[in-house]
Amino acid sequence: MKSLPSRTPGPGKRRNKEGGVVVDKNTKKTKIVKDIKVETKKCVGCRACEIACSAFHAVPRYSSVNTTRSRIMVVMDEVRDIFVPIRAGDYTPAECNGRNKYVIDGIEYDECTFCPASCPSRDAFKEPDSGLPLKCDMCESDPPLEQPMCVDACTFGALTYEEREVEVFEEEEQEKLEDLEIVFESLIKKYGKKKVRSTFSRLTKG
Amino acid sequence: MRYAETGFQLEVDLSKGSIEKVETDPRDTALFLGGNGMNAKLLYDRVPPETDPWSPDNLLIFGNGLLNGTYVPGANRVSVDTIAPLNGLMGHSLMGGFFGAEMKMAGYDRIVIRGEAPDLVYLAIHDDKVEVRDAKHLRGKGMYDTQRMIQEELNDKRAWVAAIGPAGENRVIMSSIDCGNSSAARTVGPVMGAKNLKAIAIRGTKDVYIANPAKAWEMCSRLRKRLDENPNVGDWMAVDEDDSFHHNNFSWGNARVRRKTFWSATLEERWRNLKYDHMSRQTGCWNCPKACHNVIHWPGRKRFSYKCYGKDTYHMASFQELDFTYEILGISQNLGLDSYSTPQVIAFGLELLHAGILTEKDFPGMPKDVRARFYYLLDKIAHREGIGDILAHGISGAAAIIGNGAEQFDHNTVKKFEQLPIKLGKLNPAYFLMIATGEDMAITQIEGSFPQDPITDPEMKEEFIAKWTAVPDEKFVEWFRQWEKRDQLPDDAMCAITDWNECMHYLDDSLGFCGFVSSFRGQFGGTTGYDIWIMPEVITHVAGIEFDKDRLWECFERNRTLVRALNNRAGLKRSMERPPEDHWAVRNEEYEQELLTKYYDFKGWTFDGIPTKETLEKLSLGYVAEDLIKRGVLTGNEVTALKDARARKEKE
Repeated sequence: MKSLPSRTPGPGKRRNKEGGVVVDKNTKKTKIVKDIKVETKKCVGCRACEIACSAFHAVPRYSSVNTTRSRIMVVMDEVRDIFVPIRAGDYTPAECNGRNKYVIDGIEYDECTFCPASCPSRDAFKEPDSGLPLKCDMCESDPPLEQPMCVDACTFGALTYEEREVEVFEEEEQEKLEDLEIVFESLIKKYGKKKVRSTFSRLTKG
Repeated sequence: MRYAETGFQLEVDLSKGSIEKVETDPRDTALFLGGNGMNAKLLYDRVPPETDPWSPDNLLIFGNGLLNGTYVPGANRVSVDTIAPLNGLMGHSLMGGFFGAEMKMAGYDRIVIRGEAPDLVYLAIHDDKVEVRDAKHLRGKGMYDTQRMIQEELNDKRAWVAAIGPAGENRVIMSSIDCGNSSAARTVGPVMGAKNLKAIAIRGTKDVYIANPAKAWEMCSRLRKRLDENPNVGDWMAVDEDDSFHHNNFSWGNARVRRKTFWSATLEERWRNLKYDHMSRQTGCWNCPKACHNVIHWPGRKRFSYKCYGKDTYHMASFQELDFTYEILGISQNLGLDSYSTPQVIAFGLELLHAGILTEKDFPGMPKDVRARFYYLLDKIAHREGIGDILAHGISGAAAIIGNGAEQFDHNTVKKFEQLPIKLGKLNPAYFLMIATGEDMAITQIEGSFPQDPITDPEMKEEFIAKWTAVPDEKFVEWFRQWEKRDQLPDDAMCAITDWNECMHYLDDSLGFCGFVSSFRGQFGGTTGYDIWIMPEVITHVAGIEFDKDRLWECFERNRTLVRALNNRAGLKRSMERPPEDHWAVRNEEYEQELLTKYYDFKGWTFDGIPTKETLEKLSLGYVAEDLIKRGVLTGNEVTALKDARARKEKE
């Protein structure tokens, strides 16, 4: 089993003062890409992946189950033989204006079956309390897990964790955002700068 | 703070149109756990025996097992309970899949339905938002269309929809309640129909809390791995293509003919191809590492799934082969008909025709071909047309209506409930007790912990015993060690074995475990997923209620005794506790009655099979004793069965 990268930056990388990872110039730049291979034929629709995900991300850890909080979801329709686990990807504020339908081996998959986005067209991948988007973080934690929880929970082999190294083309990787910045960025995306600014200044007055 | 359970039940009165979210008493959880235990308590408290099961005053309860909706692997069973129109006794059916977990996440441990809607409705639940919606447009729709149409209406593909088909709407006794790949198949469908409730759609987005997260997760991960690796749990029939057991040993037709040499290698090969050429995949239930459902795509049919013996019932009732079951089963399920009782009812009807008790006039337009006849009768029954209107009462009900000797053909029911078609030679005392007294009605819901047969090879026997961790008491090991012939064990062993078997089912049904990972699977190989030693630890860490083996066993005793008292109050009598007369060829009435008395005594019941006042009080069911005395079911002075039998003898 491959292990997740440790917290020290990889070769050709260093940490800056703020703790963000910076890639040194003039070295060959690579990064680790983490994949979860999904074999839809092997999925039995037990939703163990959803359950494990929601338990792992509960605070405190493992203290609750709520699959609406999961960052993985099995799109499931037994009559049409559709069983597709999808992981939450990026938030998008707008719906697609053109959508895809896939026909694979005679099975017609709906437009959103393979899409990981948290978007206005469906209620998937949104925190039920706040409505804020959810995104898979590959269960990054300290100490790191051998593999994400959903993969671990899938005893049927529908999900497999893989890592591979790829070359990076950018000059310098962007600094990692601090937690608070991530929160504000999400809030701004959802409510707009103006509303967040006014709320922030009202709450921090005095 | 409540753990594993939500602490609330949803109470809907369809006559009044009232919807209430009611907080429950955590002390009841400690006494009755959940599932069938809490359901039995509600039925006892709220449905007096004079209630007509068809009337609005009857309750239909969808009760989550205590551990459903958590990450305990294999816990997903919802007990669907009511007073059954079939026989006036408690009707109990189990539904796996995802309905229960979704109900928990919506914030409810159970849904209690009372009343009768003025016209067909469905219930739409999304967390605290609960609506009674018009369902007139769904009238006559099959299970699959109903589920899809409601999901579309609610614009929520993740809502789980438990629905009845036309059979349930028409109050067919054999109608089922279906949700996805799971089904509460027996006795409860007609009550949903009587309430004019087409479906319940549910979606939940709330947290189900775990009491001791770190410990619980570690334990459940371990249990999940164990279940995954244990070949004795799950449904063998999903993976083992050798099904000679059912075909050579069970009876075909109306539980009539044994074909001891039916199975062959060439047949097995043919059927294997039939299955794998048409199987889309296997599917599982909420958080279970076993996938017991085979999803079949038959030419010209919608996809459907089945599990276990459901694969055999149609072709065995009609003397056909597997292709016939694959052809008809999806259609029967879509109509909302149970696949265990329905084929027997059809075979019974055709037997009556053959015997001349019914005539061709009763079957106008019926084709000659047996397969076509099954379709013909399936349709007549679901829509209650002609003879189907009579057969819709089930075998016992139909026999009583038809009369003219039809009762003689009702030879495979106990308390009017169609049994598995098993006809054997020599009496098996433990099975006699289970079939006679088990109030879960079907033997598969009663047997399961103690092996069905002795192991004669001493080495293999010891090997079995060494791995037999589920055994609750050393006495079972001793009995197993001395066991040589199936019917030869002391009577007290037969009583205790029956009791242990029942115990594990009652615990499963109140905690939410599937019998395939627990109660039903101990008899094969001895090592099952959950047993009386593992369960207390799970409840302690997940639900936060301190349990040990003895306290849990007492919960079983309480729930079992409560169900018995409920049924006694409804009219259950000793004389009704009889396996089918031809279940075994060789019978001994005197011995059987003696054994029954001993078992009643073992359970602390009277000679008539009613729990004594003392037995009830010991189990914190004093209020039940009071009620039974008030109603004249008990006097309060009864002694247990053996003492009573002795006194009766002396009197004589």
